Amino acid sequence: MTVNASLVVDTAELLLARRQVRSEKRKAFFSAIGQNKAAVVGGIIILLYISMTFLAPILAPYDPYEINLKDKLQSPSGDHWMGTDDKGRDILSRILYGSRLSLGVGFSSVFFGASIGIILGLVAGYYGKWIDTIISRCLDVMLAFPGILLALAIISALGPSLINVTVAVGVFSIPLFARIVRGSTMEVKQLEYIDAIRTLGANDFIIIFRHIFPNILSPIIVQGTMRLATAILSAAGLSFLGLGAQPPSPEWGAMLSSGRDFIFSAPYMAIFPGLMISVLVLGFNLFGDGLRDALDPRMKK
Amino acid sequence: MKTTEIEKQPILQVSGLKQHFVLKKEVIFQSKQVVKAVDGISFDLFPGETLSIVGESGCGKSTTGRSILRLDEPTEGNVLFKGQSLTKMNKRELRNIRGDIQVIFQDPYASLNPRRTIRQMLEEAMAIQKVLPPNQRESRMLELMKHVGLRPEYLERYPHEFSGGQRQRIGIARALAVNPKIIICDEAVSALDVSIQAQILNLLKKLQKDFDLTFLFISHDLSVVRHISDRVMVMYLGKIVELSDTASLFKNPLHPYTKALLSAIPVTDQTQRKERIILKGDVPSPINPPAGCRFHTRCPFATDLCQSEEPILRESQNQHFVACHYAENLSS
Repeated sequence: MTVNASLVVDTAELLLARRQVRSEKRKAFFSAIGQNKAAVVGGIIILLYISMTFLAPILAPYDPYEINLKDKLQSPSGDHWMGTDDKGRDILSRILYGSRLSLGVGFSSVFFGASIGIILGLVAGYYGKWIDTIISRCLDVMLAFPGILLALAIISALGPSLINVTVAVGVFSIPLFARIVRGSTMEVKQLEYIDAIRTLGANDFIIIFRHIFPNILSPIIVQGTMRLATAILSAAGLSFLGLGAQPPSPEWGAMLSSGRDFIFSAPYMAIFPGLMISVLVLGFNLFGDGLRDALDPRMKK
Repeated sequence: MKTTEIEKQPILQVSGLKQHFVLKKEVIFQSKQVVKAVDGISFDLFPGETLSIVGESGCGKSTTGRSILRLDEPTEGNVLFKGQSLTKMNKRELRNIRGDIQVIFQDPYASLNPRRTIRQMLEEAMAIQKVLPPNQRESRMLELMKHVGLRPEYLERYPHEFSGGQRQRIGIARALAVNPKIIICDEAVSALDVSIQAQILNLLKKLQKDFDLTFLFISHDLSVVRHISDRVMVMYLGKIVELSDTASLFKNPLHPYTKALLSAIPVTDQTQRKERIILKGDVPSPINPPAGCRFHTRCPFATDLCQSEEPILRESQNQHFVACHYAENLSS
């Protein structure tokens, strides 16, 4: 009887203890990030861009697709803060809507590349031997291609479109993720707690996804953030070359490309999309550096 | 007496176990290099006893434990657990029987997953081996915490919040969660402070009595071994050199290597002081172990016979096994 009574009290206490532990961990992480000023700036930039994608319909003063040839190539003014393009479309509205495309392509291509890369890396690192040899050699081949060239090849095979750009950019992030995951997996695999869980009779799936994967998350997150910057830049680059978003879609790279023809007469047509791309890439890089310092204690000085 | 208990059927029979690691594969002009970490050892483990394996680092004692658990696939030999061959089982059969043989590791900082709370660890252990229906696991966990001397609210904590001794208790709780018959303690107390060592050793002894456990206790610390074991097995370069009950081994070691090991134990009582036998040289490389008796390069009594013929492990006295040609002539 006494035992049971004490158990009841304990469970209530346990819940409290659990909540406390979680909030402490969270606090430690945020204070580590907060101490890095550059990372905070990067984080704010990213947040602004993300809120932009959601608020575009509310913020945009005009329809981004509405052609108004009467008002074409107007300089920035009270009516059109960033001016209008050669078809008379409001550049600010186009940029706001374009954030959806740029961020969307960035996130989905990294997600695509990361999911395949992580699985390949886990399998190669965990099973080793000939499986590792095959996967690693394939990755080496992929790494041997310059990224943008590989993307060009993929798009020329699939045809130009924003979705194909996503796939192409995603494909060349696969080996980067796979290599990092493979290395970390091999490191974690030989730790004693993995042996312990094996002696408990866990199958490979549990070992890989419940015990190895959570312990190699930090380098993946850092790599993912850094990779987002490159992916957005590559996607914009491919659209600039006419291989990605097709007119009239307001993708920043495509806008930059059409602004190129008017670079002397209407420089604002190219400046604003270009600025948006650079600031976003800067934001991701700053934030990625900060994350690495906060998550990876080995990098700390 | 313990001896009557020991004469039961062995719970674990190891025969001819070999664990060779290939360092370099055979290439033209280069011969294959193989580390013979464990090179053909056989012993029985009886239910309820504590058998210790001692030896210098690199003698293959930890590898023996890992081979029995098949954490590293043994090269050769057979391990029978209650008559079933562990070495011949497929992955699935092995997973089902794993709950019966558990392990406690040396490094309490590396043996717990840093991302999982104690609750998650214990719950998972029970879930994998399907111990108890889920609704009874909660009370079982609290019980386990009590058994290993930890407060129940610690269940919610992460490993980094504990000291080394507490972590080792968590490791023990995790091993106990699946109702094992055998626990392999791989240097289980070597990484701990002396005062904590004593606590953990006493805890292990108490648990052995409460849960009818059999221990295979791997250690290099002779005083710890003397304290906890019923029988002791001395290994040198992947071979068993002596196997006997604890009292007779410590009182009357037969193998020159064991004598040297025992003479290295510091004594506080000056009148008891024995002559220190200091071995010459280093342990030879397990890649090319010496021919004949593996110990002959460092043995003060070695003869030509020792260089050419390998001594087999034989029963020199009652239940006292030794692998030395001259065991009987050297006693003193």
